[in-house]
Amino acid sequence: MSQFLKLREFWLAVLIAALVFATNMRAPGFATPERFAGIVEDSSILMILALGQMVVILTRSIDLSVASNLALSGMIVALINKAAPGIPVPALMLIATSFGLLLGALNGLFIWRLGIPAIVVTLGSLTIYRGVIFLIAGGQWVNADAFSSSFVAYTRIEFLGLSLLVWYAVVIVIAFLILMSRTSLGRSFYAVGVNPTAAVYAGIDVGRTTFYAFCLSGLLSGFCGYLWVSRYVIGSVEVARGYELTVVAACVIGGISISGGVGTVAGAVLGALFLGVINGALPVINISPFWQMAISGAAIILAVVLNGRGAKRGQRLILKNAEAAA
Amino acid sequence: MSLQSTETRRIPDRLGTPLKSAIFSWPSLLIVVAVVLFVVNSLASPYFLSPWSLSDATFNFTEKVLIALAMALLIIAGEIDLSVASIIALASTMMGLALQYGANTPELVLIGIVTGLVCGAFNGFLVTGLGLPSIVVTIGTMSFFRGISYIVLGDEAFKGYPASFSYFGQGYVFWVFSFEFALFVVCSLIYYVLLHRTNFGRQVFAIGNNDVAARFSGIRVERVKFILFLLTGLMSGIASVLLTSRLDSTRPSIAVGWELEAVTMVVLGGVSILGGAGTIQGVVIAALIMGLVTFGLGLLNVPGIVMSIVIGALLIFVIALPILFRKFRNRRR
Repeated sequence: MSQFLKLREFWLAVLIAALVFATNMRAPGFATPERFAGIVEDSSILMILALGQMVVILTRSIDLSVASNLALSGMIVALINKAAPGIPVPALMLIATSFGLLLGALNGLFIWRLGIPAIVVTLGSLTIYRGVIFLIAGGQWVNADAFSSSFVAYTRIEFLGLSLLVWYAVVIVIAFLILMSRTSLGRSFYAVGVNPTAAVYAGIDVGRTTFYAFCLSGLLSGFCGYLWVSRYVIGSVEVARGYELTVVAACVIGGISISGGVGTVAGAVLGALFLGVINGALPVINISPFWQMAISGAAIILAVVLNGRGAKRGQRLILKNAEAAA
Repeated sequence: MSLQSTETRRIPDRLGTPLKSAIFSWPSLLIVVAVVLFVVNSLASPYFLSPWSLSDATFNFTEKVLIALAMALLIIAGEIDLSVASIIALASTMMGLALQYGANTPELVLIGIVTGLVCGAFNGFLVTGLGLPSIVVTIGTMSFFRGISYIVLGDEAFKGYPASFSYFGQGYVFWVFSFEFALFVVCSLIYYVLLHRTNFGRQVFAIGNNDVAARFSGIRVERVKFILFLLTGLMSGIASVLLTSRLDSTRPSIAVGWELEAVTMVVLGGVSILGGAGTIQGVVIAALIMGLVTFGLGLLNVPGIVMSIVIGALLIFVIALPILFRKFRNRRR
């Protein structure tokens, strides 16, 4: 089974490489390390968000509020930076992250304590969080000239040829690799998703684990709030609108099963990278950017069809085993 | 989606009296909310209580509720369709394309509806034919359908629909009753009968409660689900005709975000997002509530984004309150 999973991520990586080289044929100079670093940089935020979403999807839930959470946390640090440029940026990062954590925990509490389905709660908080941005900013934008230079620099400083933005993503990916494979919390995310009843018998608090998943997703969304505002140098109500579905799409393309329990860190990262490569390749080969949406939609459908065939086979097998046991 | 598998389902020894259960049912609670909102609105703004402004208010929800009706059946059967708003965009784009080739009004309507049906069939095939989870499939087709609109239109717009076409979104059947409102009433009745008074409706409930058991009792689960996706596509096509006619133009960004509003209506209407339970009455009243809230706040010059806070809060708290109430009652025992 684990070999089969490895194969899936392997093929996704092959597909991404093929895409890069095919683009390079049409537009030589695309497959240079600098260009690729640019694409990785473009998809860093998506990678981080996809990891948070992965944990939530593993526990059989979904977090549709990530983009609104990102925009709200981002707006808060943007406003703080505008009002008090003297506050050091790491403190702002901490503020954005903890605020995101708070928003995620609110979602988690409703789901854990009241048993309201995650899709309902996060559908509600998606609209509420985005509305709150309008309220706290009074409908105003925070424009580029309002930010302090260090606020903007903390995603741009280069270190070993890559910008800090990429390094944040690298650190988070490594942290997730450890979390998901080496800690009991990481393993319990999988356990809850594969079989909640069995997880209860194994002494795992299903509700609490789901709550932690939403906390994690919120925390990363909050951190990405700072990253987004710093990278695109704008704070507004429209920041990352509709991005929650892109994040889910990255997870799905990365082979994370929407029915829970199946998915890897590598899958989430490659899924995000895949969308990044497509978005980076289209302008280079002179395809109108208006094609982007249809192509990523087709990619999602294709990914589900390919992943689904494996899942269906697995399901049949389980049925057969159950019959044999009876 | 939620983790209820460890919870036991209790079956009462005796059912409550019909009157009592009707009074404490979800639709009655919603009616109370709707009446309160109506009274508050008419006190808050002097312009609210006039037949024409009330008639204008109906345009806020008639198109969305048409989708919500079909979506309710789909959610009761345990599936979901997030691509509805994109189907509207695609159907509208196809109508606009046909217009460039000189289509007349009946042809335009036909093209809009057929596009909706084709999109619904595509979703239905992916979900029932290939056995894929509908939430992911329709997130994919959501980008795909609207993506086609963007490919066709880019940042352009189709305009100049024939004058007779504007009847669907702007015409009145009788006095203040618009064509859209009349269609909403007729469709609500049809869906009420379909869900609550036919075999097909019972099959939808059976599938939503337990699709394995439904299969063993001889229900063709795949076929029923396919029909439901077709219906959702059909209603989206009809909504697209209405909306295009009302706006008198097509842009690729038409009806963005409507899928979430339609789902909100359905869930607010008491349909269980886990499937197996819900009523059309509830959905219709929930639509009225959302229409009242947005229109009332609009009269008070509250911006749309703030209204969305109210809608979001309404969604969470209307569902949370009964649960909190039940928890509190159980604790006292």
